[in-house]
Amino acid sequence: MDQPTLAPEKQLDATTVDEAIAYLRAEYADAVTLDDREGYGGVIVQSNRLVDVARAIRDDLGFDYLSSATAVDYLGAGDHLEMVYHAYRTSGGGSLVFKAQTDREQAEIPSLVPIWRGADFQEREAWDLMGIRFRGHPNLKRILMWEGFHGHPLRKDWREAYYEEDQKPFDNRWPGGQVYRVEERNVFGKNVTYPPDIDLGRLMDSSETAVYQSLGLGVDVERIMDKDGFETNELVVNMGPHHPSTHGVFRMVLTVDGETVTSLEPVMGYLHRNHEKIGERNTYLHNIPFTDRLDYISSMGNNHGYVLAVEQLMSLGRKYNPPTYRCEALRVMMVELSRIVNHLWAIGFWLNDIGAFFTPVLYFVQERERILDFFEAVAGSRMMCNYMRFGGLFGDLPERLKSVSNLTNDRVRDYNTMQFLTEMINERIPRTIDELERLLTQNEILLERSVGVGVLTREDAINYSAAGPLLRGSGVAYDIRRADPYSIYPELDFDIAVEDEGDMYARYRVRVAELRESVRILKQILPRLEATEGESIWADGKPGAYAPRVPHGEAYGRVENGKGELGYYVVSAGGRGGSANPWRYHVRAPSFINLTPMGIMSRGHKVADVVGILGSIDIVLGETDR
Amino acid sequence: MYGTGLAKGLLLTLRHFVDSYVDDIRYGFRKYHHSTDNFAVRQGTKTKGVITVQYPDEKVAVPERFRFVPFLIVEDEDHPTRSGKDWCTSCGICAKVCPPQCIWIVRGNDPNTGRPVPEPEAFFIDIDICMNCGFCAEYCPFDAIKMDHDYELASYDRTTHHIHDKERLSKPNSYWRGIAPTRAYEEMLARGTWEHKDAAKEARRGASGARASAPQPAPQAEVAAPAAASEAAPPAEASAPPAPAAEGATPWSEDDAKREERRRKALERKARRAAKRGQ
Ligand code: SF4
Ligand code: SF4
Repeated sequence: MDQPTLAPEKQLDATTVDEAIAYLRAEYADAVTLDDREGYGGVIVQSNRLVDVARAIRDDLGFDYLSSATAVDYLGAGDHLEMVYHAYRTSGGGSLVFKAQTDREQAEIPSLVPIWRGADFQEREAWDLMGIRFRGHPNLKRILMWEGFHGHPLRKDWREAYYEEDQKPFDNRWPGGQVYRVEERNVFGKNVTYPPDIDLGRLMDSSETAVYQSLGLGVDVERIMDKDGFETNELVVNMGPHHPSTHGVFRMVLTVDGETVTSLEPVMGYLHRNHEKIGERNTYLHNIPFTDRLDYISSMGNNHGYVLAVEQLMSLGRKYNPPTYRCEALRVMMVELSRIVNHLWAIGFWLNDIGAFFTPVLYFVQERERILDFFEAVAGSRMMCNYMRFGGLFGDLPERLKSVSNLTNDRVRDYNTMQFLTEMINERIPRTIDELERLLTQNEILLERSVGVGVLTREDAINYSAAGPLLRGSGVAYDIRRADPYSIYPELDFDIAVEDEGDMYARYRVRVAELRESVRILKQILPRLEATEGESIWADGKPGAYAPRVPHGEAYGRVENGKGELGYYVVSAGGRGGSANPWRYHVRAPSFINLTPMGIMSRGHKVADVVGILGSIDIVLGETDR
Repeated sequence: MYGTGLAKGLLLTLRHFVDSYVDDIRYGFRKYHHSTDNFAVRQGTKTKGVITVQYPDEKVAVPERFRFVPFLIVEDEDHPTRSGKDWCTSCGICAKVCPPQCIWIVRGNDPNTGRPVPEPEAFFIDIDICMNCGFCAEYCPFDAIKMDHDYELASYDRTTHHIHDKERLSKPNSYWRGIAPTRAYEEMLARGTWEHKDAAKEARRGASGARASAPQPAPQAEVAAPAAASEAAPPAEASAPPAPAAEGATPWSEDDAKREERRRKALERKARRAAKRGQ
């Protein structure tokens, strides 16, 4: 594998995206064509030249960060599979989108892992769910499904076990809706096929073999090492899937030499529910509450990324009104509050992982409770907020955060909304952050456990497509709110938190600094809310339709979520009137991609540190497995 | 000096320990007393120390916008003309917007003519599938389906208890106005009447001849009720909301509603202009 090099000082790496595309078309005239489908952008690259072009994009043009790599099945619309890559510059700016197409039957595309290690898991996912083989991928096996799984579930012609119809709404719900349980009609097994070599009587999962093989162990899980005449056994330890430190059902297979980790491979997919397939069956609106269930710690941010993507598509059409200023201010406020929730949670549970068992996390959770109470009173639910809509919101702030007694023993509360917010933002949250710092930042035990542990270098962080605090803890000042701004962030005054060390402690420091920056943003939002009091959250004064017109095209909406870059790649196959269901709906999940460098970060550390390193990445399995 | 960071942290935990008794002292060790007076303070922004709630001896009442498995609104028993009638017209929109598709509706048909009537024959919600998103309530054009506040639905047998039929789903209009007075009021403003849209239309059609002679009851009295309730005791316990004033009458006349709408729009325009100037 060739080593990533930072782009040489050329004028080229300061070009605009259009100039970059022009350069590619000039340099690789035979391989690069413009993607001129209606509503699409970027270039289509001949797959045999893909690696060269990608290298030019990274080295010559300076697009050093591969944000997202995903596949689309164009069955019935060209009958090909397509890989879509979004590359960015860590210095900021828009995306260079390039695509490679391949036949559905013999799907094969060269792997970009030699250029961007961050493509590793994403290509494995594309192989797993779409069935594209990546020539030259070092470890091409399934990642979310098990190795013996039959078929590639995201292909358009694949049907899930409880399949009813291709698209919602289902016909039999109205007007002749006779209720039934899906499992009564469609008992498990009817839509499931198995590969011929599987013995259903003895369900053997061959993925285990594959995992151990990729660790270089063959089928034998033990290997005798001979070091300086001293005989040690290098052995395989499975941490998880049911392990309290893995933050959910997640597994790490490690080989250890004594207490020292020599290699590590994350194994995931235990919580996989094919979110993206569900998303393609859904209408655009249906997907909003489903995004809540990705990173369920920060559902506001999930909503935001998705509505941004769909709004991008809608803006291609004629009748589209962007959200009002008040709506944007409310969105930013909600998202920053959930960033605070996310970081308090992340720091708290990371401390659990490194031994400060539950005292700190419970202090922080108290503040989180207040914020969730606020979400509940405004959006209707504490965690599954389902608050944002295309072009607007579920509702404006209520005048009072008020409960009504209904059940026995109900105790009511009633606060003035703005007063509650002001007190939270000006007093309680800053006080908690101060406390957090007093409790932890100089704590000697914490320092010893975290300084110099789990180091991710700047180059690796970029090359492995790390995002969020993991990236900024490695000295890359890349925050989408500044690098590729959206909503009203450009007019807000805040700094990007960066630390250079790249270890666990640096990530902790970044999170604390981001907590403070979020408070700073919130303090600027409050006067904006007061100034826009009475303004509608909808551009035309009335709520949007439940079936918005979404014109033909593609869009990639991304936001800086608590855990890192959350992106939604949405393709609409709408005709003139628009379509009701997305053709493709892909989630670029920070919790998933941030695990790519987990192996190199853990190598050489102790088993107990692995737990801390995982905690310092901050994953949520709902988002990792999707 | 090595250890100062640790010591500082320990002092902080000590302070938290002491703080956990502050409320006790403040309320004379009657923190968990069965009165609601200190609850809002204990759960508010000023509180210090322990914030836990002793479920089920005390429960946090959920806010008005809280959403749990939906229910259908039927007219109150004591409604003069439409007692027990469904608000739902079986238009099917909620079944369309439901993301996990857990709503089944059988549209009603007139047995004589065979034509659809605006009333569902059957209505089912599978609460195992319902994701409590609230879309059905949000997009129902007749305000006929609402999100409930009763979250204690656990049962021993999911196969027999978890598909709610129309009977199980139906709750009187007064229940909704009890658990969500502010929202019910806002919906009334948007509809222009406390009555069901169709009922109001019918009443107008019927009364249009006799309009001049039948004086419209003043809307203020009723309109003020929920607003006052937001300050005072929970209405669900206090009393059933006021019954409709007079037979067939709409407490909020169409003209009033139009005027209110115009006023609201004007205010909005003004605010928007002000915001623009501010920028
Ligand atoms: S949307 Fe409202 S009126 Fe229409 S079927 Fe559903 S509950 Fe009935
Ligand atoms: S709350 Fe959501 S999931 Fe439940 S019935 Fe209504 S629309 Fe369907």
